[in-house]
Amino acid sequence: MSTSLVAGTPNPGEQTGPARVRRERFGFLRAVRGNRKALTGSVLLLVFTVLAIVPQWFTSVSDPNAHEFGLMLSPSATHPLGTTAFGQDILAQLIWGTRQSLVIALAVGGLATVVSVLVGVSAAYLGGPTDGVLSAITDVFLVVPTFPLIVVIAAYAGKGNLPVMIAVLVLTGWSYGARQLRAQALSLRNRDFLESARVRGERRSYIIVCEVLPTMTSLILANFLGAALYAVLTAAGLQFIGLGDNNSVSWGTMLHWAQSNSALQTGQPLWVVAPGVCVALLGAAFALLNYAFDEISNPALRPVRRTRAQRASS
Amino acid sequence: MRYLLHRLGFFVLTLWAAVTVNFAIPRLMPGDPASAMMARFHGRVNPAAIHALEVAFGVNSHQSLWSQYLSYLHNTVTGNFGVSLTYFPLPVSTEIAQAVPWTLGLVGVATVLAFVVGTLVGAVSGWKRGGLVDSVVPPVFVVTSALPYFWVGMILILFFSVMTNGLLPNDGAYDVNLVPSLSPVFIGDVVRHALLPAATILITSIGGWILTMRNNMVTVLAEDYVRMGRAKGLSDRRIMYQYAARNALLPNLAGFAMSLGFVVAGAILVEYVFNYPGLGYMLLNAVNNLDYPLMQALFLMITVAVLVAVLLCDFVTALLDPRTRSS
Repeated sequence: MSTSLVAGTPNPGEQTGPARVRRERFGFLRAVRGNRKALTGSVLLLVFTVLAIVPQWFTSVSDPNAHEFGLMLSPSATHPLGTTAFGQDILAQLIWGTRQSLVIALAVGGLATVVSVLVGVSAAYLGGPTDGVLSAITDVFLVVPTFPLIVVIAAYAGKGNLPVMIAVLVLTGWSYGARQLRAQALSLRNRDFLESARVRGERRSYIIVCEVLPTMTSLILANFLGAALYAVLTAAGLQFIGLGDNNSVSWGTMLHWAQSNSALQTGQPLWVVAPGVCVALLGAAFALLNYAFDEISNPALRPVRRTRAQRASS
Repeated sequence: MRYLLHRLGFFVLTLWAAVTVNFAIPRLMPGDPASAMMARFHGRVNPAAIHALEVAFGVNSHQSLWSQYLSYLHNTVTGNFGVSLTYFPLPVSTEIAQAVPWTLGLVGVATVLAFVVGTLVGAVSGWKRGGLVDSVVPPVFVVTSALPYFWVGMILILFFSVMTNGLLPNDGAYDVNLVPSLSPVFIGDVVRHALLPAATILITSIGGWILTMRNNMVTVLAEDYVRMGRAKGLSDRRIMYQYAARNALLPNLAGFAMSLGFVVAGAILVEYVFNYPGLGYMLLNAVNNLDYPLMQALFLMITVAVLVAVLLCDFVTALLDPRTRSS
């Protein structure tokens, strides 16, 4: 998953030879490797991906929810992070919980990006009244506070339904990206290469899919990362207040049970600290990659190395 | 003027959309949650209240959807949100009125403070590229912006309340043994209770403002009018605040309006963690008790608050940017 994220996919419509594609990819890889934020973010994401795919390699516990150990044990060799008030191994729960968080992040990131592309690019490209209506809808979704809305919907729709949670997060998470993509697509609208495609008599759908979208790859990727970050944090929040599936294992649900058992007040800080660190690290992975892409595409934003700056001023 | 009218129109449109969504949600949901709620409360509340609920949620109603919608709009505009089920027989509006000052005082002040301080730090950071502020601050806040609000609150509780034997309170808005009054003791207690939740909001939201403001400053500083200002021999201070920062602030202000929803989400969770008796805490309690009338009224209140803030941002933008006024 993470490799395809980093390397990017070759543009389907572009008539380029394999050599050109390879060189572009290597340039991209080099940019990622040279950027410390991008490197940290990719490594973090890779680690979590491995944990999510094969959790059984990293823990001997096969059912992290079973109440099979002593209650509230302190960290030891058998339980590196101790156990919960229900007798569950905290480390095992962390490892098994990775999957749900990552699935939510990738699913919401992907689906929300698809919606933003559809709405944003069509608004910009079709223009006129269509643009007016789509932009107004986007702006409304943008300013209506989504979290209370999600909470209300989740309360009605019933707790613990993963598809419902993903759907709700997509519904509330697409608007920011749509606005950005519309702005960029607008700026592309009158470029020569699009004009020439129109003169060639290409269909509108061809122009949008094969000419406009490939030029917007980096912004689309940035949107995916932003939506994924939003999904990680919001899903954790929903699970924390008990609107997730309380019988499944996820970091937010761990925090929910820790809070409802007053883990902090009863001397079990690890039960609270560990899942939060995981949420933060996964969130940081997406945030770091996002900022790094900003810097790669806009060199002016890169941090100035202190030593070089001092040498220049002296 | 056209700009302001345009924004005002958008405000009304959004408000209408939110009100309509609020009307539609209980009617669209599968499994008829409203009827289930009625069944739970039959016999426990008086028939008149049940009837009011039936009207509000369109259960057992022979009215057309359209006339239900009209009476709903009328009730909403006149502030008649029905009766709370949790706090029966108090009307929902009374309950909400008690929670509003706490949220405004805590979330409002902390959010505005985070924005102002973050923007200032970001401006300085972008102005002195490669300086101490610029090399230390941004990386730190890339990480803090990925932290979940509620978890930061829990960690602060761990360090400043649990591990220090209650140095700072972590529960509620004031000591329940004190009688609410304007005495210095009570006010001091309120401030002490607000410290940790306010710090949580500050820590998690300030990073975003710093980073965007820094990046805006970097972009603006490359503009010709800044170079022109330098060539004219204007003082650094004047270029920084009146030329660069004033322009860099505009996108940040728009970002502020757009990020408010996110801040509100965090604030709801912060109130929940600290049992702070504001709107967010009340909303989550209403959800847990399946108190639908209270829940929906709270959603509307929070939405209206955010929309008003967005409108204020638009006014400030018009004030700062003459271009929006003339076009």
